[in-house]
Amino acid sequence: MSALHELSLREAAARVRRREVSSVDLVRASLARIQAVEAKVDAFLTVGGDAALAAAADVDRRVAAGEDCGPLAGVPVGVKDMISTAGIRTTAGSKILEHFVPSYDATVTARLKKAGAVVVGKLNCDEFAMGSSNENSAYKPARNPWAGDRVPGGSSGGSGASVAALQCHASLGTDTGGSIRLPAAYCGVVGLKPTYGRVSRYGVIAYASSLDQVGPLARDVADAAVMLEAIAGHDPRDSTSSPRPVPAYLSQLEGGVRGLRLGLPREYFVEGMQPEVEAAVREAVRVLEELGAKIEPVSLPHTEHAIATYYLVATAEASANLARYDGVRYGLRTPAKALGEMYDTSRAAGFGAEVKRRIMLGTYALSAGYYDAYYLKAQQVRTLIRRDFDEALKHCHGLVTPVAPTTAFRLGEKTDDPLTMYLSDILTISVNLAGLPGLVVPCGVDRGGLPIGLQVIGRPFDESTVLRIGAAYEGATDWHRRRAPL
Amino acid sequence: MYRGLGYSTPVAITREEVERVAALARLRLEPAEVERLTADLGHILDAFTRLGQLDTTGVEPTAHVEVLDAPLRADEVTNPPAGDEALANAPARDGRRFRVPKIIE
Repeated sequence: MSALHELSLREAAARVRRREVSSVDLVRASLARIQAVEAKVDAFLTVGGDAALAAAADVDRRVAAGEDCGPLAGVPVGVKDMISTAGIRTTAGSKILEHFVPSYDATVTARLKKAGAVVVGKLNCDEFAMGSSNENSAYKPARNPWAGDRVPGGSSGGSGASVAALQCHASLGTDTGGSIRLPAAYCGVVGLKPTYGRVSRYGVIAYASSLDQVGPLARDVADAAVMLEAIAGHDPRDSTSSPRPVPAYLSQLEGGVRGLRLGLPREYFVEGMQPEVEAAVREAVRVLEELGAKIEPVSLPHTEHAIATYYLVATAEASANLARYDGVRYGLRTPAKALGEMYDTSRAAGFGAEVKRRIMLGTYALSAGYYDAYYLKAQQVRTLIRRDFDEALKHCHGLVTPVAPTTAFRLGEKTDDPLTMYLSDILTISVNLAGLPGLVVPCGVDRGGLPIGLQVIGRPFDESTVLRIGAAYEGATDWHRRRAPL
Repeated sequence: MYRGLGYSTPVAITREEVERVAALARLRLEPAEVERLTADLGHILDAFTRLGQLDTTGVEPTAHVEVLDAPLRADEVTNPPAGDEALANAPARDGRRFRVPKIIE
């Protein structure tokens, strides 16, 4: 029989609902697991032990009283530290918010709680979600549960590491350029970036508002579907959240891939890709074909421009979003004689090197004389990138690709050159620029035993098909059942 | 690895430009940071020059992917007037107000 922390999210919730196990026991098991392996992964920035136990006891009381506590009843989950949690410190991985305690929950946090989940803690991430390795956390780098000298991917590194390390049954991450999918791939778990507009961002600390989206990381596709169902849907507090009805994702997982046309973008199998990654992804594609999918070569010709486009658009938006950290109403303030000096020195002291670099790049791209050449140009190329996907997804139900050119790299390997780090996102960022859903499922390991992910990209608001493809693949393979050797 | 992003001739971004941008971004940078950022931004922008060579004549810019039917809520106050919690994270306060250093010399 599995230990409690090993249960799937669905199984754990089902047992709580059937009163076979208490939420308090699940939370205790989660806290014990955190205690046992946290020194190896550094996935959490804050652990909310007492608050979590109190919330769990409340679920248990309500279950005992015959109340329906929801599909996530009593299950311990982790939340990326970009997402506000009322009464629990929320830092965005930054020193500038080291002591910030939100007075309200983000909508996604509130919806998880409403579905019965218990938040056990706040997960490590790159500062303001700016990074691909979690090494830009102002506190500590999270580490890969499969190999302690490797990064877990970023920016939602703690969200990936905690799920792979079985510290919580699922987590929330945010994804602006690959920040859910890269950690999912590197940590060997499932991750889903929903369509832009599928999930509310109210209460989520903003990085690049035309790209940011919240989504789940989980141990299998069905758990990710349950999490998405809990958080998706219109929120009157976020006008970019879509009023489209939320499908019952879990009930639509079956059905397989027979008759689906899946595109294989030629530009995503690039020179210099780790051969084992290419081999594992091609093998996964073969499995899908065997299951009845029709594989078609497609082209996304503007892929080579995606990195530049993304890093101009995202940093421009970041430079505006991060203007709010001025030391006046919340956050770090350094002593100063005059107001202007206070802004300048508080921001200088509170932001780390990569955040400053991106603010500077974005401010430059928006500044007089450069706006047309950089920012406007990037927005135009964004249109071309979107059209590539529109074209490919006209006849294809989904696209299947690698997530990253390599498996998890070593801590420190890419920290000297920001551009090399930016290239880690080459196969994920276009999906954000086009606003599409992207799912990652484990599809292999390299010679060193490090996980490899398969990315499934779908049509806008067609998470159902994307999840169905992932579920079909999982049904035929067992990569998602492998556990990190902790 | 990705030839499209290889380095060629550096884009001229000068120390002075970096200082001008830092002032716009309200960041007080140390001389060593200015040095590093001049190199980094030059390096990054240089890798982005191929974007400029792409013909985008007549292409509409995308500011946002379409959010269809983004509904607007009624412009009504739904939350109670902020109590103490709105000031709970203030670095310095004076009763119900945020306290800041003097604005005018």
